[in-house]
Amino acid sequence: MRLQDPQSTVSFTFDGRRYRGVPGEPVAAALLAAGVRLVARSFKYHRPRGIMSAGSEEQNALVTVGRGPQAEPNVRATVLEVSEGLEVFSQNAWPSLKHDAMAVNDLMSPFLGAGFYYKTFMWPKPFWEKLYEPVIRRAAGLGGLSGKANQDRYEKAFAFCDVLIIGAGPAGLMAALTAGRAGADVILADEDTAMGGRLLREVEDVDGQPGPDWAAETIAALSAMDNVRLMTRTTVTGAYDQGTYGALERIAGLRRAGKPLECFWRIVAKRSILCAGALERPIAFPNNDRPGIMMASAVRSYVNRWGVAPGKAVTIFGNNDDAHRTARDLVAAGVKVAALVDCRDDVQVDGDFPVYTGAQVVATKGRRALERITISHAGGTRDIRTDCLAMSGGWNPTVHLTCQMNGRPTWQADIASFVPTPGNVPGMVTAGACNGAFSTAACLKEGAEVAAEVATGLGLKPKVTVPSADDSAYRISPLWAVPGQGRKWIDFQNDVHVKDIKLAAQENFRSVEHMKRYTTQGMAPDQGKSSNVVALAVLADATGRGIPETGTTTFRPPFVPVSIAAMGAGSQGKGFAPERLTTSHCASVARGAPMIEAGLWYRPSYFPQQGETHWRQSCDREVRYVRNAVGVCDVSTLGKIDIQGPGAAALLDFVYTNTFSTLKVGRTRYGLMLREDGHVMDDGTTARLGEQHYVMTTTTAAAAQVMRHLEFTLQVLRPDLNARIMSVTEQWAQFAVAGPRSRDLLNSVLDDQIVDADWPFMACGAVDVAGVQGRLFRISFSGEHAYELAVPARYGDSLFRLLTAQAESYGGGAYGMEALNVLRIEKGFTTHAEIHGRTTAFDIGMDRMISRKKDCIGRTAAARPGLIDDDREQLVGLKAVGAVKQLTAGAHLFAQDAAPERVNGQGYTTSVAYSPTLQTGLALGFLKRGSARHGEVLRMVDHLRQIEAMVEVCDPVFFDPEGGRARG
Amino acid sequence: MRITCPNCGERDRREFYYQGDALALTRPAPDAGPHAWDDYLHNRDNPAGDTQDLWFHEAGCGAWIVVNRNTVTHAIDDTRLAATVKR
Repeated sequence: MRLQDPQSTVSFTFDGRRYRGVPGEPVAAALLAAGVRLVARSFKYHRPRGIMSAGSEEQNALVTVGRGPQAEPNVRATVLEVSEGLEVFSQNAWPSLKHDAMAVNDLMSPFLGAGFYYKTFMWPKPFWEKLYEPVIRRAAGLGGLSGKANQDRYEKAFAFCDVLIIGAGPAGLMAALTAGRAGADVILADEDTAMGGRLLREVEDVDGQPGPDWAAETIAALSAMDNVRLMTRTTVTGAYDQGTYGALERIAGLRRAGKPLECFWRIVAKRSILCAGALERPIAFPNNDRPGIMMASAVRSYVNRWGVAPGKAVTIFGNNDDAHRTARDLVAAGVKVAALVDCRDDVQVDGDFPVYTGAQVVATKGRRALERITISHAGGTRDIRTDCLAMSGGWNPTVHLTCQMNGRPTWQADIASFVPTPGNVPGMVTAGACNGAFSTAACLKEGAEVAAEVATGLGLKPKVTVPSADDSAYRISPLWAVPGQGRKWIDFQNDVHVKDIKLAAQENFRSVEHMKRYTTQGMAPDQGKSSNVVALAVLADATGRGIPETGTTTFRPPFVPVSIAAMGAGSQGKGFAPERLTTSHCASVARGAPMIEAGLWYRPSYFPQQGETHWRQSCDREVRYVRNAVGVCDVSTLGKIDIQGPGAAALLDFVYTNTFSTLKVGRTRYGLMLREDGHVMDDGTTARLGEQHYVMTTTTAAAAQVMRHLEFTLQVLRPDLNARIMSVTEQWAQFAVAGPRSRDLLNSVLDDQIVDADWPFMACGAVDVAGVQGRLFRISFSGEHAYELAVPARYGDSLFRLLTAQAESYGGGAYGMEALNVLRIEKGFTTHAEIHGRTTAFDIGMDRMISRKKDCIGRTAAARPGLIDDDREQLVGLKAVGAVKQLTAGAHLFAQDAAPERVNGQGYTTSVAYSPTLQTGLALGFLKRGSARHGEVLRMVDHLRQIEAMVEVCDPVFFDPEGGRARG
Repeated sequence: MRITCPNCGERDRREFYYQGDALALTRPAPDAGPHAWDDYLHNRDNPAGDTQDLWFHEAGCGAWIVVNRNTVTHAIDDTRLAATVKR
């Protein structure tokens, strides 16, 4: 029921029915205004549930918003803003909210108590996984995911400030005002749509004017300050190390209008002030979960802020003075108060409504919504007709953020609740209700004073002026659970009641953490925000301990649920990883080359030509280009590291197993790099361009790792060496020109002709290409007479086009990764398929490359007996010799007569190719004592792909073992 | 988590690569024997309290940094360039 007619309304639907709401108000308010009380079914027993709170702590009114891929489950109707066309659905009910078939669970509740599945479904054992668990999972739960990809947009953002103020109630507003006026860089974040906290929900004056007016004035003053940033709809969800905070912002305005739905903030603050307020806690009385039973503070929120009366005849049940203002506000708003029930004897309440002191609610009635309650008092019991019961068990300071870094809160007996322990989060201080200061005057004062202290600590000179406000005391007499028949709910979201907690204690789950896991109290999206203290009190009572000794469970981030989509915003699809493109990318794509990922790089797989229907045809042709004429391949993705300085040679001698100080200027050498534990890290060639100038190449995959390793060597292991390194991978475009006609091709593009006498195998030096200074290396990864030509990256595209056009005129052309791989396998050259992290120099037949004349990284460890054992698996070549010619990588090797089982394994294959040169299937692999077993025939078995072939062991260099083609 | 790079100031931990225990700074001599090398390569303490480890400011200046931090409180009390640390 609305107290006044709204100026404008919009329409939305709930379970398909159309309702009117005021723009900006929560869906919960609009539903209450329309008299809708049943909005949800509970998690386990499918009990009818209504709206319980008016904030993010809502446990009952979880709904699904939207449909299809955009459906978002478990949205709290108490924070979901009404907008035109909004579609809202109830959850966890079938076929309908009113007639939920699973409500049968409630009838079976005697069998479904805490830990029931540990006991009831023990036998027969196999039934658990196949039957019981799936059935239980289907029966219990909240909203479901659509299973489709989320198409909504989410954002992430970063912010930095001097002071982050969390919560903009009276304490937060005063803190922001004080810190802001002192000149601090302030962020004030509040999860509500408007700032003001309880000032917007209570009838109270501040500085002689109504609370909402004072709040509006203060917000206007803050907005005028350049050094203050106001963030509404922003929940600070977590406190992390070194002053980092996570915050979730719900973006204002129409949902699905192309704007992001949510933004996840990472805020770095020098200091923070927690002004998060307090949450009202329920009282556990029999059947206290019927729709219509809600928190007293929520009733005031709906009446005072949203102009909605949650009932026609409201009863109030409380244990503290604060509950009385509910009756006062309802009367002022013209809503009937059916009764005020206070459990305390010695209270004085004036009002034109029945007051029962020393009384308790002992029963409630009403199938789908509250109709009647029964109270017990000194004079006996009495039935009261009421459609809304406002309960107040007192307030729990919102201490959660202070406990997220392993801190525990402190019990404060006079308010019967926990308050933050100072210093729990470095850099964070607390003020106001979250600190146990419940009156408005105390909140304003603490906010100002704490902010002044913080500002002073930042070297500023703050002034403290505190406005006048209500300072009445908060008198509470703890009341946790009312005795009597029936289930007394504590954790509404997880359907945990008093008996469950007593059962946990009885079965010796007496530790609060054990009780939590046994009963599930405090789990799920709500994380026990409202239920925790009551549950602890009941456990303390059941175990005969005090509440402080019982302790709390651990509060973990996030304070409110954060969607993975918000946390991972920007990291979907193309945003998942950066793409690195070579200078020849456009030319390759234009030639129809399928691009494959190599680390972050994209490289051409092959270059199809007209008439070719299978990649193998293209690949075989490209291999023949290189073996018979000339091929061109972009090799710019290999890491290129420029190394300079007087200590450059010594650095290389220390990171490579072999010696580079003896390398002549103008020459290149193959180098092998080990990890300190003796296994191979990477390999590649390094050219000496000058006395103190080298350029190292790494494999594409290990470029970053090698860079890190070299910096580690220079800074950590050998700071005595005077050398500097720099990655120049992006600066140079480099192309392999390989094949018998490679020299001819180069001479057609270089400004000065080259001859073999000046450019022997492994030579390097400067050359000019069409007036551009480049570098030429006579190195070969194909086993052919070959070069690599490098030019500054801006010339890469035109050089690639020039080289490929020239190559075509010599009967060759561009080749891609597939052909490159075949060429290197034919020559037995290794890649990271072979040097995969578990292989040693010994394993790949390069142990003699470890120089005995000097120390190098990995040398000592590589000499460990286990790493040079003859029994180790060593690199071999394998040729298909049986009827099956197809070899596969990752297959295992067995003796011909042995069963293909793990215990009989002799080795495995790492790389395979069909060799158009040798016209057979080839593989590289590792085989126990492999170098001594050439000529042996083995069984290759690929259990995964169901392939078995006979292979002959041979030298890994299948083609041109003498190497004459590369050197000639 | 924020780490103060001696060159760049306080930065988000995502700019850094984590290596491990700072005992990497004291590489044994080649002839130090198998036990010394085993300790250097593999054996690590798992302290509840102060620890020293190496981080690489990979998405920053490229400095290797010795970070003194507490594994219980997560407090970082000192960061120094590895190249200048006495060993």
